[in-house]
Amino acid sequence: MMRRTRSLPRILSIILLTAAAIGFAFPFYFMLVGAFQENPTNSPSELLPTSGWTVDNFIAIDSRIDLMGSLLNSLIFTAGVLLGTVVFGLLAGYAIARLDFRGRGVIWVLMLLVQMVPFQLLMIPLYVQITRNYGLGDSYMGMILPFLINTTAVFIFVQFFKALPVEIFEAARIDGAGEIRLLTSVAIPLIKPVLVTVVLVTFIGPWNEFLWPFLITKDATLQPLAVSLANYISNVAQSTANPNGAILAGATALAFPVVILFVVFQRFFTATDLGAAVKG
Amino acid sequence: MTDNRRLRTRWLGAQPIGGLFALPYFVFVIAIFAYPLAFAVYIAFHDYFFTAPNVEVDRPFVGFDNFVTVLTDPRVLGSFRNTLVFLVINVPLTAVLSLVLAAALNTGIRWVAAYRVAFYVPYLTASVSLVGVWMLLFSGNGLINTILGPLAPDPSWLVNSGLAMPMIAFYVTWKQLGFYILLYLAALQNVPKELYESAETDGAGALKRFLHVTIPGVRSATTLVLILSIITGANLFTEPYLLTNGGGPDGASSTPVLLIYQLGIQQQNPDTAAAIGMILVILVGMLSLAANRATRER
Repeated sequence: MMRRTRSLPRILSIILLTAAAIGFAFPFYFMLVGAFQENPTNSPSELLPTSGWTVDNFIAIDSRIDLMGSLLNSLIFTAGVLLGTVVFGLLAGYAIARLDFRGRGVIWVLMLLVQMVPFQLLMIPLYVQITRNYGLGDSYMGMILPFLINTTAVFIFVQFFKALPVEIFEAARIDGAGEIRLLTSVAIPLIKPVLVTVVLVTFIGPWNEFLWPFLITKDATLQPLAVSLANYISNVAQSTANPNGAILAGATALAFPVVILFVVFQRFFTATDLGAAVKG
Repeated sequence: MTDNRRLRTRWLGAQPIGGLFALPYFVFVIAIFAYPLAFAVYIAFHDYFFTAPNVEVDRPFVGFDNFVTVLTDPRVLGSFRNTLVFLVINVPLTAVLSLVLAAALNTGIRWVAAYRVAFYVPYLTASVSLVGVWMLLFSGNGLINTILGPLAPDPSWLVNSGLAMPMIAFYVTWKQLGFYILLYLAALQNVPKELYESAETDGAGALKRFLHVTIPGVRSATTLVLILSIITGANLFTEPYLLTNGGGPDGASSTPVLLIYQLGIQQQNPDTAAAIGMILVILVGMLSLAANRATRER
C-alpha cells in the first residue's frame, strides 16, 4: 500500500534525476570525445563519431604548453600540500584532541577564526609577502605555502582523534609509551580510513587551484597544468588553426586524474567529511 | 620533585609536548592568516605601492582615501552590480535545484550511487577544464547555437553584455550543485521518518509532505547552502577571467576579485585593491547574516 502511494513521486524522481544526470555528464562526454577526434566539430550529427579517432590533439597541446612538465608541476604542488597537511595536520590534530598543554585553547580558537577569513582579503597581502618579502615568487614553495596545512583536515583529524576511547591511551601510557610512539603506533593506525578521506579531499584543492599559482608563477616551466592550460585558452588558442581539439585534450588531461581517483575511492567520500571540507 | 612536576603541569599542561606538536600549525596560521589579515588592513589605509625588496620608502597613512577612490570608480561599482546579478540567479537556483534533486535521490530509487557520481563530478573537476568545454559549447558557432539555429542569441552567449553574467551564474550553479546535493542528502537523513508517516496519515500528498516536512526539516542545511553559495559568488575569478575573456564584454561580467587582480597586481595599486577586498568581505558578511536570519527557525 505504501509502495503504491509513493510510485508517482518515484517515477517523477527517476525522470528528473536522469534528465539532470545527462545535463551533468554531457559536457564530460563532449570533452572526452572531442579530445580524441581529429577535427572536433560543433554539429550535433557528429556527437557520435564513428571515425577520426586520434591522439594528435594531445600532441598539439603538448607542443605549446609542455603537458608532462605542467602535470609534474601540478603533482609537486599537490604532493607538497598533502605532505604538509598529513604530517603537520596529524601532529596538530592529535595534540589538540588528546594532549593537555598550555595554549591548546588559543590554537582551537585560531582554527575557528581561520575558517572565516576569506581569500579576497588575503590575496593582496599574501602576494606582497610571498613574492616580495620572502622572494618566493616563481617557486614551488611559494605555490605551496598558503595551502601547506589544510585547516579543514586538522578539524577532521581532531574530530576522529577525540572519538577514540580514552582507555587505549591510558593503557599505552601506563606501559610507558611516549607521546610520539602513542601517535605513530596507536592513534594513526586507528584513523587510517579517515586519512584516506583527508588525502582525497585535500588532493582536489591544489590540483584544481588556479588563482594562486596563476598570481605567483610567471615562469612557464613552473606552472601547474591549470595555469598553463588557462594561458593557452586565453592567449595562444586564437592564433592556432584548430584550437578546439587541443583545448579539449588539455582539459581532459587536467580533469581525469581527479575524476578517476574519485570513482575508485568513491566509498571514502561521505557527506559529513565534505561538509567540513567546504573551506580548503 | 613532585612539587616541581605539579608546578610544571600547572604552567605547561600535563603533556607539554603537545605544544611542540601543534607549533608548526600555529606558526602557519600566524604567518598565512593572522599577519596577512592585519597587513591587508594596513595596506588599505595607507598609500601603499610596490618597491624592490628592502627599499625603505614613505607610505603615508591616508585614512579612507582608498575607499573613496574605490567607491567612486564605476568599474568597481559595476563589478558589485554584476555580483548582485550573479547572486540573484545563482543562489535561489542552487538552493531549489539541489534540494529537489537530493529529495529525488532520497526516494529510495535504484542506481543512487551512479546518479551521485554524475552530479558530483563537475564539482571535483578543475574549473579551467570545464570552462574550456563551456566556451566551445556556447561560442558563436558552438554546439548550442548550431542546435538553436535562428533562435541563437546575437551577439552570442558569452560576448553578449546582457547574457555574460547570467551565463557565469548558470555555469557555477551547474559546477557546484553536486556538492550542495550531498549536503542536502546528509540533512535529509536526519529528518525523522515519523513526521512523514504522520503527515501521510493526516492525508498530506507528496507535494504537501515536501513543503511541510522536508523543507522545514532541512532548514539548517538551507542556511549553509545559502551562505556557501554567497561566498562562492563573491569569490568569482576563474570564470569571468576565462569564460568571458577577462570580465567582458565591456566589464559586463567583471567581478570584485577580478578587479583586485587587475588593479592590485596588473596595475600595481595594492592599496585600492585591498580596499575592494575589505568592502567585499563586509558586504558578504552582511548578506550571510541576512541569509542566516531569513532561514532561522521562528
